[in-house]
Amino acid sequence: MNVIVCVKQIPDPAQPGELDPSTNTLKREGKLILDESDSYGVEMALQLVDKAGEGEVSLISMAPNGEVSGLRTALAMGAAKAVLVSDPDLAGSDALTTAKVLAAAAKKLGDADLIIAATESSDGYTGTVPEQMAEVLGMPSITFAKSVAVEGGTVKVARQTEAGYDEVECPTPALVSVTAGVVEPRYPSFKGIMAAKSKPVEEVTAADLGVTPVGWAGADQQIVDVAQAPAREAGEIIEDEGEAHLKIVEFLEGLKVI
Amino acid sequence: MGIDNIWVFAQETNGAATPATLELLTKARSLGGTVSAFVVGDGNAIASTLGEYGAAKVYSTGDLAGNLPGAAGAAAMKAVIDGGDRPDLIMFPQNYEGRDIVSRLSVKLDRTVLTNNTQVEVDGDSLKVTTPVFGGEQLVTTTFTGEGPFLAAFRPKSFEPAPGDAGAGEVVSAPVPDLGATGGAKVTAVHVEETTGPKLDEAAVVVAGGRGLGQSESFEMVESLAKLLKGAPGASRAIVDAGWVPYSMQVGQTGKVVKPSVYIAAGISGATQHMVGMKGSKNIIAINKDAEAPIFGVADLGIVGDVHKVMPKLIEALQGR
Ligand SMILES: Cc1cc2nc3c(=O)[nH]c(=O)nc-3n(C[C@H](O)[C@H](O)[C@H](O)COP(=O)(O)OP(=O)(O)OC[C@H]3O[C@@H](n4cnc5c(N)ncnc54)[C@H](O)[C@@H]3O)c2cc1C
Ligand SMILES: Nc1ncnc2c1ncn2[C@@H]1O[C@H](COP(=O)(O)O)[C@@H](O)[C@H]1O
Repeated sequence: MNVIVCVKQIPDPAQPGELDPSTNTLKREGKLILDESDSYGVEMALQLVDKAGEGEVSLISMAPNGEVSGLRTALAMGAAKAVLVSDPDLAGSDALTTAKVLAAAAKKLGDADLIIAATESSDGYTGTVPEQMAEVLGMPSITFAKSVAVEGGTVKVARQTEAGYDEVECPTPALVSVTAGVVEPRYPSFKGIMAAKSKPVEEVTAADLGVTPVGWAGADQQIVDVAQAPAREAGEIIEDEGEAHLKIVEFLEGLKVI
Repeated sequence: MGIDNIWVFAQETNGAATPATLELLTKARSLGGTVSAFVVGDGNAIASTLGEYGAAKVYSTGDLAGNLPGAAGAAAMKAVIDGGDRPDLIMFPQNYEGRDIVSRLSVKLDRTVLTNNTQVEVDGDSLKVTTPVFGGEQLVTTTFTGEGPFLAAFRPKSFEPAPGDAGAGEVVSAPVPDLGATGGAKVTAVHVEETTGPKLDEAAVVVAGGRGLGQSESFEMVESLAKLLKGAPGASRAIVDAGWVPYSMQVGQTGKVVKPSVYIAAGISGATQHMVGMKGSKNIIAINKDAEAPIFGVADLGIVGDVHKVMPKLIEALQGR
């Protein structure tokens, strides 16, 4: 079984985010890392291929400046190869363009039984890219998967819902988006890290894939203003010395909650 | 020209229109022009409410017969648009179904989608939408520059719902066309997790627990306190991912948006993704042992202390009343 995993490479979320004052888009300079959201997809894919006993996990990513750090992490976890789409013309792409590019990259890799993405990225969190990709590829999809199993050409998913979960079945090939926490992502071993250095990463441009990057939809929006939101004022902060709960009781009484 | 024809993706739970649906209809009405609701499922049960909130027309696909709403809803909407009713704007809630449908529709129409919005305003023949970024510290306003239909998804609780004075909406059938391969996914079983007490996103009091509780058993303190205050228990994503509590309790960017009159955060650090879901609460009480925790930046009353000491005493004091 062959699985393709979408891997987004993002600025380290531990660093405070910043908007580029000239374009008002998120700054994506410097070293990028594997989005934690996608580490679940990578782990899930490795487990599924392992269980099937044949096939491999491939990665696709769109990132600026030929960035591969995040891809190397996923390769070190056990993925076999990657396609990276890096192209200055793609700067400022919206989710729809990203989906078109990733769909083309998936096609380049050839037939996969499953494409896995995360339900949403940590930095962009539009949550639209996976379902847009499925539509571009004319594929069925199951979003918000909490568990995934593949048996003889059918993918079975427990799909999280607002009220609980649904059991959903779908013939492969299909796209599945997985929620955080579905599996425990493995730490790359030393051997894995060394092996990852020689695994193939093919770098292509949007034009190589036949996607016109700044298409009709690509240029359909423009940021016109960035403003500071009204700040919420901090109130009273007290140290608990054994009686702080009384302060809470008093506060709730004041609000007539009790 | 202008924004004359607005659609709202409308949802139902347990026979009633969802709060997010009514919020969007109310906002749509205020933007002017005609408003239609689009129900992906059977819209008959809620058509009168949708009408009351402003929908002159209620498109209804009928039962989805096991199809997931994403592919089915997008195809049904596209069919109506191709049939000649061309909306200038389609408003979606930023939730599972809204996200899945708007994504597939954006490809079918080759239109961009603006997500996570909290405000919208007409700007000539276009629209301006506002999105909070960095946990709500900054507000980014974006306009659509191409042609409609403009597609936008809004965070729940962005608008105050209020009924209008119109009657029931006229129900118009909008069947799901043949989905081909995209219709491959089928729901084979539905599991509903039982909950008691008020709903998390409607409760007047929310008591939420985070990783600072230390272990899943300690969540019982959160539940008892919520019960004593006739509120609902909530959670940070950290303890949802850890499997202590179901996802339906998650507050934040990927969970529920809550605006209760009192929000009590116990052992929650106050990550930006958590704060976007609760910053709108009228009063915030935080208990955290780290005086530097970001949650204290938004708390009206902050207790620097151990949840295992403060919570049991608080529960006892309230039980004694
Ligand atoms: C794309 C994306 C979406 C996300 N969406 C959400 C979301 O919807 N909701 C959400 O909540 N998070 C979300 N997160 C995760 C978020 O970034 C944080 O990781 C999460 O909110 C942290 O949860 P926490 O506060 O419980 O845990 P921690 O950050 O680990 O904080 C635990 C806190 O407990 C305190 N503590 C420890 N022991 C005690 C004690 N004995 N007594 C008192 N205090 C104690 C500590 O000082 C600390 O402040 C998202 C992240 C990403 C990347
Ligand atoms: N540039 C990208 N490269 C690879 N995968 C991506 C990219 N953008 C989005 N994705 C995938 O789509 C998911 C949802 O992204 P988003 O729609 O931005 O929230 C991500 O978690 C990834 O799995």
